[in-house]
Amino acid sequence: MSLTHDGPDAIRHRLAPLRGRQYWRSLDELAQTPEFESLLQREFPREASVLDSIGRRSFLKVMGASLALAGLSGCGEPAKHLVPYVATPPDLVQGKPQYFTTAITLGGVATGVMVESNMGRPTKIEGNPSHPGSLGATDIFSQAAILSLYDPERSQAVLNRNAVSTWSRFLESLEAILADPTAARGQGIRILTEAVTSPTLAAQLNAFLARYPDAKWHQYEPVNRDNARAGAELAFGADATPLYHFDRADVIVALDADFLSSVPGNLRYIRDFSARRRVRDGRSTMNRLYAFESNFSLTGSVADHRWPVRSSLIKTLAWQLAARLRIAGASEHHVENNAVIPDHDLDAIVADLQKHRGGCLVLAGAAQPPIVHALAHAMNAALGNVGSTVNCIGPIEEAPVSHADSIRALASDLHAGTVGTLLVIGGDPVYTAPADLDFEAAFQKAATRIHMGLYRNATAALSHWHIPQSHELETWSDTRAFDGTVTIQQPLILPLYGGRSTLELLAWMNGARSVSSYELVREQWRAQLGSDFERAWRQALSDGVVPATQRKVIATTMRNPLANGETMATQPAGLEINFLPDPTVWDGRFVNNAWLQELPKPLTKLTWDNAVLISPATAAKLGLVNGDSVEVTCNTRRVTGAVWILPGHAADALTLHLGYGQSQAGRVGLGTGFNAYSIRTTNALDVAAGAQLRKTGASYPLACTQEHFSMEGRDLVVEAPLEEFSRDPEFLRKRVEAAPATSLYPEKKYEGHAWGMVIDTGACTGCSACVIACQSENNIPVVGKEQVLNSREMHWIRVDRYFSGDLENPEASVQPVPCMHCENAPCELVCPVQATTHSGEGLNEMTYNRCIGTRYCSNNCPYKVRRFNFLEYSALNDPALRLRANPEVTVRERGVMEKCTYCVQRISRARIGSEIEHRALRDGEITPACAQACPSEAIVFGDINDAASRVAKLKASPLNYGLLEELNTRPRTTYLARIRNPNPEIKDVAETRV
Amino acid sequence: MNSSEVTEEVLAPGQTYASVTDKITSLVLTKNFKPGWLLLISVSLLIVGLLLFAIANVLIRGVGIWGINIPVAWGFAIVNFVFWIGIGHAGTLISAFLLLLHQQWRTSINRFAEAMTLFAVACAGLFPLLHLGRPIYFYWIAPYPNTMSIWPNFRSPLVWDFFAVSTYLTVSLLFWYVGLIPDLATMREHARNRFARTIYGILALGWRGSATHWERYENAYRLLAGLAAPLVISVHTVVSLDFAAGIVPGWHSTIFPPYFVAGAIFSGFAMVLTLAIPLRRIYALEALITRRHLDCMAKLLLATSLMVAYGYTMEIFLAGFYSGDIYEHYMQFDRALGHYGYVFWVVLACNVLIPQALWSPSVRKNEALLFSIAILVNVGMWAERFMIVVQSLHREFMPSKWHDYHATFWDWATFIGSMGLFLFLFLMFIRVLPMISMSEVRKLVHEKSAEPHATAAGE
Amino acid sequence: MAPEDLYGLVAEFESVEAILSAAKRAHDAGYRRIEAYTPFPVDGLTDALGKPPSRLQNFVLCCGLFGASTGFLMQYYLAKFDYPINVGGRPLNSWPAFIPVTFEMTILFAALGAVLGMLVANRLPMPYHPLFNVPEFSRAQRDHFFLCIEKLDPKFDAIATRAFTESLGAVSVHEVPA
Repeated sequence: MSLTHDGPDAIRHRLAPLRGRQYWRSLDELAQTPEFESLLQREFPREASVLDSIGRRSFLKVMGASLALAGLSGCGEPAKHLVPYVATPPDLVQGKPQYFTTAITLGGVATGVMVESNMGRPTKIEGNPSHPGSLGATDIFSQAAILSLYDPERSQAVLNRNAVSTWSRFLESLEAILADPTAARGQGIRILTEAVTSPTLAAQLNAFLARYPDAKWHQYEPVNRDNARAGAELAFGADATPLYHFDRADVIVALDADFLSSVPGNLRYIRDFSARRRVRDGRSTMNRLYAFESNFSLTGSVADHRWPVRSSLIKTLAWQLAARLRIAGASEHHVENNAVIPDHDLDAIVADLQKHRGGCLVLAGAAQPPIVHALAHAMNAALGNVGSTVNCIGPIEEAPVSHADSIRALASDLHAGTVGTLLVIGGDPVYTAPADLDFEAAFQKAATRIHMGLYRNATAALSHWHIPQSHELETWSDTRAFDGTVTIQQPLILPLYGGRSTLELLAWMNGARSVSSYELVREQWRAQLGSDFERAWRQALSDGVVPATQRKVIATTMRNPLANGETMATQPAGLEINFLPDPTVWDGRFVNNAWLQELPKPLTKLTWDNAVLISPATAAKLGLVNGDSVEVTCNTRRVTGAVWILPGHAADALTLHLGYGQSQAGRVGLGTGFNAYSIRTTNALDVAAGAQLRKTGASYPLACTQEHFSMEGRDLVVEAPLEEFSRDPEFLRKRVEAAPATSLYPEKKYEGHAWGMVIDTGACTGCSACVIACQSENNIPVVGKEQVLNSREMHWIRVDRYFSGDLENPEASVQPVPCMHCENAPCELVCPVQATTHSGEGLNEMTYNRCIGTRYCSNNCPYKVRRFNFLEYSALNDPALRLRANPEVTVRERGVMEKCTYCVQRISRARIGSEIEHRALRDGEITPACAQACPSEAIVFGDINDAASRVAKLKASPLNYGLLEELNTRPRTTYLARIRNPNPEIKDVAETRV
Repeated sequence: MNSSEVTEEVLAPGQTYASVTDKITSLVLTKNFKPGWLLLISVSLLIVGLLLFAIANVLIRGVGIWGINIPVAWGFAIVNFVFWIGIGHAGTLISAFLLLLHQQWRTSINRFAEAMTLFAVACAGLFPLLHLGRPIYFYWIAPYPNTMSIWPNFRSPLVWDFFAVSTYLTVSLLFWYVGLIPDLATMREHARNRFARTIYGILALGWRGSATHWERYENAYRLLAGLAAPLVISVHTVVSLDFAAGIVPGWHSTIFPPYFVAGAIFSGFAMVLTLAIPLRRIYALEALITRRHLDCMAKLLLATSLMVAYGYTMEIFLAGFYSGDIYEHYMQFDRALGHYGYVFWVVLACNVLIPQALWSPSVRKNEALLFSIAILVNVGMWAERFMIVVQSLHREFMPSKWHDYHATFWDWATFIGSMGLFLFLFLMFIRVLPMISMSEVRKLVHEKSAEPHATAAGE
Repeated sequence: MAPEDLYGLVAEFESVEAILSAAKRAHDAGYRRIEAYTPFPVDGLTDALGKPPSRLQNFVLCCGLFGASTGFLMQYYLAKFDYPINVGGRPLNSWPAFIPVTFEMTILFAALGAVLGMLVANRLPMPYHPLFNVPEFSRAQRDHFFLCIEKLDPKFDAIATRAFTESLGAVSVHEVPA
């Protein structure tokens, strides 16, 4: 322990007299000393509990050391770039943020973003309106990327056998490998990357393969599109990616397809889908969604009809649909006594589809086998949807492969010992590779193992060399959106922790020893951007997209997908497991992102852990309750996790989310959840049959932010079927108790602006992007699992989720709840020190400096939107994370109440702007962070005194209602009732469940 | 003192001015300490130590070390505050109301009842300060000219609280001290030790007992009583408004003020009994604090218990049935059968059921039974405050933010610590000050002697 | 004892009845600068001594009224003029909410008035008083009753007054040194 304390100081002391080049050399020497070794152990502590403040403090001390270490790998950029401005650059006004376009990728697929930069510090990520994959919206991952950028636990030094080394030393040894005469053709050299959509990177890789023809390039993403790819080949004989046009689809059948959250282009799809659900501005019709799925997904929660169906039965279901749609081959194989859902329901769905030929869609989920994808293609073709609601484009990956095959091939080569040098660029194969490949052992068979990544993960720990990779916001590159559109990624800041550009490394390996990523990307596009390159280049950078780069629609010819004697699945026996990417930490890459860790997962509202999700019936059958620790066995492989009962989950099925239980992670990610990869095998990457569940008797605390999922018959989320609404547009008033018309006190008038918000519960999918956006904009602290367990999370906007109806197949309703900014605010009345009062424009304002922390306001807030700093939460942030803080928002201290402000800083900024230009504020000029991030445009903010404003119009809608109106709080935030569009032919799903 | 054991008088026969004076002064003006007292004071000091430890922790680490959360942002601190404030009320009631009503039996118990009030209010005062998120700024509740040029929000019940409690503390202190002045003079005259003489002398302000002084004195004392009577009602009314002014189901109720006042007096008398019964035994005061006193207080306990019972009934009726408000409905249902249901039943048992035993004179005569009932009532009344504060909050309007409250070690340490503080202050009081008003007892002796059957005073 | 260093004569009695009659007779005998000292308030003693009744209540009433007006006006001024701000949509002058504080201020001022008024009127605190020089006087705080006739009384005469006091049936009569 003592070293943790005096280590950094000791080192600084050693460094004190040293300067310049000598500095590096002597650090090299220093790196050999024993206490330095053990200091490193502490820089990457293995056994540390999440965010416990005591441990945290000593951790901060170590962070001090790692700042010193940052210099080690920093011999690239000269220091002059880092000195503060002497003369301010012309385009920068001090204190005024600048915006730069770039892209954030997930599994290679880009979301175009605009990054807000304050005095050179990127602080906030917004969507890029001109980018097809964003349209101005963002998802939780691109929002949270800014936190990963500053994460002080990102890898900070070149490591050689886990000891600090230097870039130059690494290059020496790499030189030796490449120059090895016995491997002149690159024999035994393997490069493993994640899915690559970057043209420049692909060019570099191909150049390397050209130079070393015997070298091999493998790609592996644990969450990939292998099934879709195989399905397309089955259907068309060629790889193709379907592009959906929900803006033209009236009937949608989702076969285990969660197209609202976990597919490329989901932001675009949410926008189009929800636009077609709005019954207002004269539109009296809306689309209808049928969903079949095992896990309860966001898509299922907005569906008009949803059947919980075990994943293995989706195939049967698809088959039965296909048979009714007269798909060649399907009908012959059709078996009657194999009903997944009642026949008359199937008939109703088919009738509905046929009624909307060319205006409907059948979707297959990524976890479904190729045949289901093929059948979906066939059905869309048969229904004449191709060209209208669905188009096929070529894959956006530069070198599309089956990721499973690719990693399998690599593993077997490794086992065979034919791999001399393995260069892993990004990812964490040791952790994510299928368990049956025994990749951990295989990996160590490679003579030289080099890992380049953001974190010192399990793969890095077993590598000879670990190279810190630069974050997407730190380097030049390019990438493709779901439709192929290219975005040039530009850096917002020099590498904070001495990260290295992948492009530069590969260029170096290709012999270009001193070329920058900037030059590489420019060279890549010089040809394609035409004659006036500089103009086009600048344009591409400012737009955030490179024009005319989306993939062309390819003409597809349908084959008979059932030709090669596919047979129908029969009712599977025993429990089956679904492996899905985690809603917040995805495949594990975000495990050290505290925002995503503490973000309540959409349907379960769990934080900080994954869980074994099961249906209430299965839980009852096995005698399990929430938090029971169970051992999941899947042919001899075991993993132990905690049970969480999810109403609406398919019976006899488990959902295990990937990405947790990592042995190598920062203090945020360590000790969270269990590792589902450990029982995931190549033959069952998505669905595994024949699993057993054994109760261990122990129990494990799961931090859930919403323990009670019933609305208790209160009109919180008001819903109605479409026909009731069209029959009686005023139905709402009959349901919701209105506020008393008369009051003891005179009505308060608001001249000038009167800010208000409308949230459309019909459009909201519950994706929670608003929560992260708010957290990022308003410097909201993360409190850690222990605090969440005691209901002390700090999110200013929360997404409530209620279940109603049958426990096995409930309807889910979601409702984002920010501060209501009540005109008769109960919180203000009871504050003894006037720390919370009303602004002239109707904002319910908190004066942090005046708050003494009686917490009376929170007790008296019926919506419970106030958050209290029970402890010094803001101190949990590392110094590095303070760089990320939004300079326009106060950081709150211990003992102070806080809550949603309608992003008052944005209101002020817009007002100042308008005053400078001597004009009135325009509607839509002010957008709170939540509204800006929302993909479905469910949140609308504006001036309710301006009758022309969108928000005023919406408040005039018959669907507009206030939460707990009868309390006469006069909320400024109101909601639009949710209209569902069930098929009258189909009786209540609960009754007809089989 | 066997004769007094059976007396139903407020004063045992055979008492003289001299005898009562000597008896009461001797308790204080003795060099040796009673072993019982020594034991208790050391115990109380230990607990006070615990309190200081808990306070240090909450000040250094913040209120987050308590079990409170969102939605239950108020926990033990507020429960204890209401509990202690309530205790205080009986003292003022005895000294003020009973004085105005010329109840002779108040005479020998009002002094320590008032002391009890003071110490209870002192304990109560701790909690509103400690429960603040930023205790260093507690004084922002007071209206004083400041550089922020901002003032308290006079619409907030917490500001009313601040005024009510501080007024109550001041007035109780004055009332108590004024009552002490003549006795301090007596102590001055009886103290042998020079130091004690000086101290008592200073505190006695040179009281000589001149007729004119006595006349003004009695006038002022009666005026104070007349002011304290409405004050004591207002104080717990304001405390009840902390809740009734809120919109929380289970708080927002018009019956709260009377029902809180009744509850306060109820718990107060329970505490007086809890103190009086051991006191008269340990200090052999059966002649001065007689069976008659215990009997009267037992009857008052019964009466207030019935008032409280009425309060419960009306609340259940109004909230649970008559209001037709779904949130109140649910609150009532949850109160009786929910997560904290057991508290509700403890409350009913301790505050309504068990006190009914006091209908029987034999129970009122049985000190042991009386004592245990008093203790149970204390428990019950604390539980009632817990029910009102915590249970109401943990199931509010938005089911999405329902959450239970679990007290931590620090919650308990502060609560138990406050009891230690109370005990400590009380023990110090009975050691250094006359625990019974001598001048009033002398007057009582005179009045008794005026009555035909009583033995003559003097000689 | 020389007359000049005399404060007065004090007679010691053992019963309420005795002191009452003595006081009455002394007053009837025309003595005016007389005062009785008792271990507890004795009804009618001041009348017997011919002292005017206390008028403290009027003073206390004024204090109360002052407290009330201060209490309300303070809130009214601060909330409406000095720091006018919209709190929960309530009017600046939410007078019903100002009542509790007004009430408490009334009580506080009245109570302070009562106590301070009593002390001032009684000229307390007064650490020294000639009577304390009489050792027996300490029983005035225990069980005996005293009647003091001051030397400054126009009718006071060392010999005659002493004779008179002894005739009152006192247990004993003491000279009070000045």
